Amino acid sequence: MSDGRLSVFKTYKLYVGGKFPRSESGRVYEVTDSKGKWLANAPQSSRKDARDAVVASRKAFGGWSGATAYNRGQILYRVAEMLEGRREQFAREVADAEGLSKSKAAAVVDAAVDRWVWYAGWTDKIGQVVGGANPVAGPFFNLSTPEPTGVVAVLAPQDSSFLGLVSVIAPVIATGNTAIVIASARAPLPALSLGEVLATSDLPGGVVNILSGKTAELAAPLASHQDVNAIDLTGADAGLAKELEIAAADNLKRTLRPQAVDTGDWSADPGTRRLTAFLETKTVWHPTGALGASGSSY
Amino acid sequence: MASAFDYAPAPESRSVVDIAPSYGLFIDGEFTEAADGKVFKTVSPSTEEVLSEVARAGTEDVDRAVKAARKAFGTWSALPGSERAKYLFRIARIIQERSRELAVLETLDNGKPIRETRDADLPLVAAHFFYYAGWADKLDHAGYGANPRPLGVAGQVIPWNFPLLMLAWKIAPALATGNTVVLKPAETTPLSALFFADICRQAGLPKGVVNILTGYGDAGEALVSHPDVNKVAFTGSTAVGKAIARQIAGTDKKATLELGGKGANIVFDDAPVDQAVEGIVTGIFFNQGQVCCAGSRLLVQESVHDEVLHALKRRLSTLRLGDPLDKNTDIGAINSAEQLARISALVETGEAEGAERWSAPCELPSAGYWFAPTLFTGVTQAHTVARDEIFGPVLSVLTFRTPDEAVAKANNTQYGLSAGIWTEKGSRILAVANKLRAGVVWANTFNKFDPTSPFGGYKESGFGREGGRHGLEAYLDV
Amino acid sequence: MPTTAPAFADATASDSALRRFLHGLPGVDTVGLEARAASLGTRSIKTTAKAYAIDLAISMIDLTTLEGADTPGKVRALAAKAVHPDPTDRTTPRTAAVCVYPDMAATAAAALVGSGVKVASVATAFPAGRAALDVKLADVRDAVAAGADEIDMVIDRGAFLSGRYLKVYEEIVAVKAECGSARLKVIFETGELSTYDNIRRASWLGMLAGADFIKTSTGKVGTNATPANTLLMLEAVRDFREQTGVQIGVKPAGGIRTTKDAIKFLVLVNETVGEDWLDNHWFRFGASSLLNDLLMQRQKLSTGRYSGPDYVTVD
Repeated sequence: MSDGRLSVFKTYKLYVGGKFPRSESGRVYEVTDSKGKWLANAPQSSRKDARDAVVASRKAFGGWSGATAYNRGQILYRVAEMLEGRREQFAREVADAEGLSKSKAAAVVDAAVDRWVWYAGWTDKIGQVVGGANPVAGPFFNLSTPEPTGVVAVLAPQDSSFLGLVSVIAPVIATGNTAIVIASARAPLPALSLGEVLATSDLPGGVVNILSGKTAELAAPLASHQDVNAIDLTGADAGLAKELEIAAADNLKRTLRPQAVDTGDWSADPGTRRLTAFLETKTVWHPTGALGASGSSY
Repeated sequence: MASAFDYAPAPESRSVVDIAPSYGLFIDGEFTEAADGKVFKTVSPSTEEVLSEVARAGTEDVDRAVKAARKAFGTWSALPGSERAKYLFRIARIIQERSRELAVLETLDNGKPIRETRDADLPLVAAHFFYYAGWADKLDHAGYGANPRPLGVAGQVIPWNFPLLMLAWKIAPALATGNTVVLKPAETTPLSALFFADICRQAGLPKGVVNILTGYGDAGEALVSHPDVNKVAFTGSTAVGKAIARQIAGTDKKATLELGGKGANIVFDDAPVDQAVEGIVTGIFFNQGQVCCAGSRLLVQESVHDEVLHALKRRLSTLRLGDPLDKNTDIGAINSAEQLARISALVETGEAEGAERWSAPCELPSAGYWFAPTLFTGVTQAHTVARDEIFGPVLSVLTFRTPDEAVAKANNTQYGLSAGIWTEKGSRILAVANKLRAGVVWANTFNKFDPTSPFGGYKESGFGREGGRHGLEAYLDV
Repeated sequence: MPTTAPAFADATASDSALRRFLHGLPGVDTVGLEARAASLGTRSIKTTAKAYAIDLAISMIDLTTLEGADTPGKVRALAAKAVHPDPTDRTTPRTAAVCVYPDMAATAAAALVGSGVKVASVATAFPAGRAALDVKLADVRDAVAAGADEIDMVIDRGAFLSGRYLKVYEEIVAVKAECGSARLKVIFETGELSTYDNIRRASWLGMLAGADFIKTSTGKVGTNATPANTLLMLEAVRDFREQTGVQIGVKPAGGIRTTKDAIKFLVLVNETVGEDWLDNHWFRFGASSLLNDLLMQRQKLSTGRYSGPDYVTVD
């Protein structure tokens, strides 16, 4: 440092159940920038960490899915606010992680902030867009509403360490799911730092859990875990994706396969595809009965 | 039931349907033998009489049918939606015209009562085609963006419990959205799909748009794993559903799976008791309980357990079991010897595990496959009959004390297809419906279906929705 | 003296107790009730079963004339028809009763002496029931004195709808006392009660007060007997007998005009309360034109030809 002061390194930790544990394995791995320079040691999560994250996610699901859509929107917007205040930190981390210029990295962070805002606004609209009353041929009121699938394992994209990451997390939790996120293996630091933002954004602990480590090693137990309801395979290569999809079939997890668009430009309009991928449609029927004129009683 | 008022036999006339001694596969608009010449017999489950002999499709036939569907896809998908709509409207109308014939046929081949095929299956089949016909030229407005594209060739495998209705659920949305289909009906109920092929002919449907392959599971497996199939739609068991999910892993095939269930029918102490009893009966004895969304677990509040059970047994004693063609029959035959054996085995397990069995007093015919309406009391979550799908006329009765306990027990299953709630308190209905992890919740009613209403499960009951606007998504590249 | 079944003595101890009891009865889901009634309506009753049902239905008819223009001549003609519904076929069963206004009860009684056909008389300021209690009781007294075997009273719907259940109850009790040995049918005018919940409450109220029969309607308002409201009342008498041991009859009245309709009601009886009620001591049809349709269907069954209105008598 120019003034000769020795800087203070950050010890990067996982984010599980609202806490910042070290990996249960006690192991770390070296994370370097795009030129191979050492940046930090990241926790190398174990299968046990993945299982703990499932427990935390399940525990958080009832409260988060039961929160009002308005409340979830407020919290997602709060994430954007907190992130806005730490733009420089994230720009630095993204620049290091992805080898981007300062200005390009800043643009990526801005886009990520805006993405939180986009999804914050979706929380109380998606129900009207994909749900509604069905005009059944009988004396029944019939309403379809979208509901969150449950606990979702998310393999974050390997290349887009921050905008891609935010783009896969936000739609999952916007609708009331809880998430276990496996950060980009090569560039996990922005994800681990995001945990610090989430922890200070009124997001209940366990709604998002962030793990770093070897993607395949962590994804395998999640794909076969009977208490995980869905899996987003965005961060898996074709071989791994197929293997995980086969494992996921054991309890018929909803599976979002890697799409060509996922490796491209994350700044494009995300549409609703990622929101609806982890929604169930529940249809509730209730008799109405006739009103007097026909002679019927009610 | 011995009574002064004994209903004389009132059989629906069998002569309205003319079943040929043999049928081929329907490929590219023609009936054709299987490449290897294999055939199998289909029997009437209520009498074990052989109804017809149908071709048994093999791998080569699957390939032929998929090629025909692929060839037809280009022109079919390029047709204006309004033209596709008119074909579907024609089909819907012909189904209505021939509904008596089709109802009798379905009752013969499936074993279910004519009352159900006449009043439930057939009206719903026609309604389903009408509904999706209307979508064919309105896809731009369906909420999937402008000009949504079809997927291509749909490989569809359907079960034996509602043969023609499941065919309608599969074929109507597929054709409306511009896909072409290869459909395999279940091996025990091939006939109505073959009659449907004839309806396609009458409607002038271009050849290859609909192909029907009668056969066994091997043909179904060959179909869903065929590399030129773009879309897989399956209704059937969870075990096969999982196998399909594995088979299509790593491909671009889109899938809809409608699988098993163990629906909880929850009766609170303030329920409209007489209607609840009807709902319980409809929930588990409709179609002999061979319904994936059956209310096979009765969760009754402990304080009204005795009252509800008394009323339920009294009601079950009035059910009329027998000749499915008799218009007064409530309970028909089990679909196959295999299914009957499965039901019997699970009921034996229930007894062995200490649950108390009660069966309605009724005489079972000597020929055919029959099982008396049965319920188990003293069942807990730990009993096999509370966990495994029986797919037969067998109800497991459990109790609960509080709404929280009811919800917890209802959700304590790997399935999540259906549930029922009976209470006169509006806020309780909404609160409980909200907490149930099931795709269809019937409050103060049960087993209601409508083409506009999306249907499908949570968890291991499958994924995707059939019916309604939602049902289009499964056949569009969106 | 109140004749409340002992099991429910507390229920009628006070206005508030009665209200609590009636409002504690299970609710009725409209759609489910009507669906069940409609489903039973699809039963196909053929050949021997149809012949049985037609004769049973004829034997259950309260052959009714309740017109301002009723005369002794009209009533005597009706009585003759009740005794020999089909002059061409003496095997045709008699109807259960002839139902008239109190001032015609004596005429009816004279015409029916020794026939076994009962005289039923409406009373209590039928059909509106809007009169003072002593006037209603006098009406009942007159009818009984004139030879009525059965009294068809109307409840005070105004009192019922305004929640004064005990008033309705006490009035029935008073009428019952006036009936002596005559059987009492209590008419709810279900079309005015409007909801199925009210019909269930009225049924229990009537049964607690000592009704021998509960009856849907007067035939004088827009909605009379329907399969659904009759099914509901059948459920009530079924439940009442299970809880008290006391059997109560049911009489749908008004709007039942065809054999097909009547058979649907008999199917409701058969599959809801069973054969214990398949007898004119326990089930009646309040009807007039129904009889001729039953007779034509009966002729069709015996001759194989469709009959016509000129082959049954117009009275």
